[in-house]
Amino acid sequence: MKALLLILLVCLACVTQARRITVKEDVSLKNAVQNAIAGDTIMVSAGRYKPGNLIIRVPLVLTGVNQPVLDGEGRFEVITVQTPGVTIRGFRIVHTGVSSIEDFAAIKVIAGHHVTIDNNIIEEAFFGIHLSNTDSARISNNIISHTEQPEESRVGNGIHLWKCQGAVITRNQITGHRDGIYFEFVTGSRVESNFSHHNLRYGLHFMFSHQDTYLNNRFESNGAGVAVMYTHHVTMIGNSFIRNWGPSAYGLLLKEIRDSEVSQNIFESNTMAIYMEGSSRITLSGNEFRTNGYAVRLQASCDDNHFARNNFKGNTFDLATNGSLVMNKLDHNYWDRYEGYDLNHDGIGDIAYHPANLFTLISERIPAAMVLWRSFTVYLMDRAEKAIPSLIPAGLQDTAPMMKSYDRLASTR
Amino acid sequence: MTTIVRYILADLLRTRFALAYTVFLAIVTMALFQLDNDPSRVTLSILNIVLMVVPLFSIVFATIHYYNSYEFMTLLLSQPVKRSTLLLSEWASVAGTMAGSLVAGVGIPSLIYGALTQVLPLLLAGVAMTCCFVSLAFLASVMTQDKARAIGISLLFWIYFSMIYDGLLLLVVYSFSDYPIEKITLALIALNPIDLVRISILMEMDVSALMGYTGAFYRSFFGGTTGMLFCIVMMMIWILFPLWISRRIFMNKDL
Repeated sequence: MKALLLILLVCLACVTQARRITVKEDVSLKNAVQNAIAGDTIMVSAGRYKPGNLIIRVPLVLTGVNQPVLDGEGRFEVITVQTPGVTIRGFRIVHTGVSSIEDFAAIKVIAGHHVTIDNNIIEEAFFGIHLSNTDSARISNNIISHTEQPEESRVGNGIHLWKCQGAVITRNQITGHRDGIYFEFVTGSRVESNFSHHNLRYGLHFMFSHQDTYLNNRFESNGAGVAVMYTHHVTMIGNSFIRNWGPSAYGLLLKEIRDSEVSQNIFESNTMAIYMEGSSRITLSGNEFRTNGYAVRLQASCDDNHFARNNFKGNTFDLATNGSLVMNKLDHNYWDRYEGYDLNHDGIGDIAYHPANLFTLISERIPAAMVLWRSFTVYLMDRAEKAIPSLIPAGLQDTAPMMKSYDRLASTR
Repeated sequence: MTTIVRYILADLLRTRFALAYTVFLAIVTMALFQLDNDPSRVTLSILNIVLMVVPLFSIVFATIHYYNSYEFMTLLLSQPVKRSTLLLSEWASVAGTMAGSLVAGVGIPSLIYGALTQVLPLLLAGVAMTCCFVSLAFLASVMTQDKARAIGISLLFWIYFSMIYDGLLLLVVYSFSDYPIEKITLALIALNPIDLVRISILMEMDVSALMGYTGAFYRSFFGGTTGMLFCIVMMMIWILFPLWISRRIFMNKDL
């Protein structure tokens, strides 16, 4: 209790000492940041600044008035934060340095927890916002874009977090970077309402980032879609994965993900909406799969996953798998290819639906067999297999397919 | 030759088969556009028509036509008309009529629905396909003296190219799946006009992304000038080679 009181007093002392400094030119900006004492607010007036590398060593609030421009001149990292409790808002940060050794960023935070980065516009940066070893960060309403589109090695990630906890990342827009949002060892965080599109590689990419929640984000037309790996307890609700199209693009690639939930998402026009490998105990429910190449590609290394109440509409292939053993459960999904009947009118088809067809099975085992796609022979084989199933794993079936699709117009944004 | 072509064309148009074929294609194409408003999906459906219906109709109609105009041909050959000229005129008129029907039947609805640019490669492929199967029909016709047998041989050609060949191809792919066989399958595909058209059209469309490594390999091949030339040359061979053989047989045949 005494300690707490002491902290409170110290804080109060800080508040009383805090100054409000307005700067208008490069030198004064540098001086203000260098000589700041904890709790200062530095107001940066509109204009163009070339401050080199601003290193923030004490907790302060750095506010841009009317979006002043901080120019890294293609050589510097613009803002480096090395202390907790910093707020940076309202800047336009452009042209950071590019390096293959150092991760130059528009805003880099090292071991500075409770940092707030808000309402900034970051353009042509190597890395946009780069946080490491930083807990409870808030990153919101930033627009991070890279329009030059060089090769992958010449541009870093939009929002890059390494070894952080409890971050909240909301309403940011990221485009043209290598990965839109990149997490490694980031736990207990929330990513909400971001829009990550036209990035060179992934819209969202994370590894070893447990207990994170992803809500209502939109990932669109990224080079390789979204790939997430080696993580447990992920929650992904209400996201849209749209138009990630290409030979190696995935709407959502799940590799060794377990105990997670993927629900109420929209997957539209992706080459592969969901690709699952070595993933267990994931509940995939209430998702909408529309006009994808493959809706779900479920490798035999997945088990105990549960697909329920999803809509599958207009996909070229509903489900592909590569093994004969099936340890996943499918029920109460709607499949537009279902040809069964419903005698007792309870809305559930009376015969099971087999979403995998023979051709996908063959082409999973022998990729070269893809040359026969859309050949009449393949069509005949598929029909024959449907009539008398012998090769498709018998367990891979929706035991209770729905007769009508779920109406999700209300939830579609 | 033009005089003969003119007569045969007039005869062909009188049978109204060409008109029926055009209307049939037009109705199917319209129906496809009505059912689905995504042009690329419609294109895929039209691809099925080009791969299945066009060869079948072309080969059967050309065979029937050959035998129906048998007496006309015998009559003409009693005049100072060269045999090769007569056969080529017959081929040109039948292929021209069928190709024209295809272009009109599929092209006009596509134009109405504003998707002609997507359908255009398909139309070109369809025309090549028509010519190829009319050539095969002539080959089947000159191989025998009997109409029923000729139709039988024609259907056999069609079944072979649209079904049996792909089955064999699958067998090859399956047997040698441990080896990098992309180049070999490429050669094998060229040995079947239907497969050749199917793959080259699929590569034109963005669905090729679904075909994984194989798709990427083919796309890089068919996307280039070499691939395009290869395609055209192979198709030309498929049109001219059966026609050339049938001409040779026809020249020495006891009519």
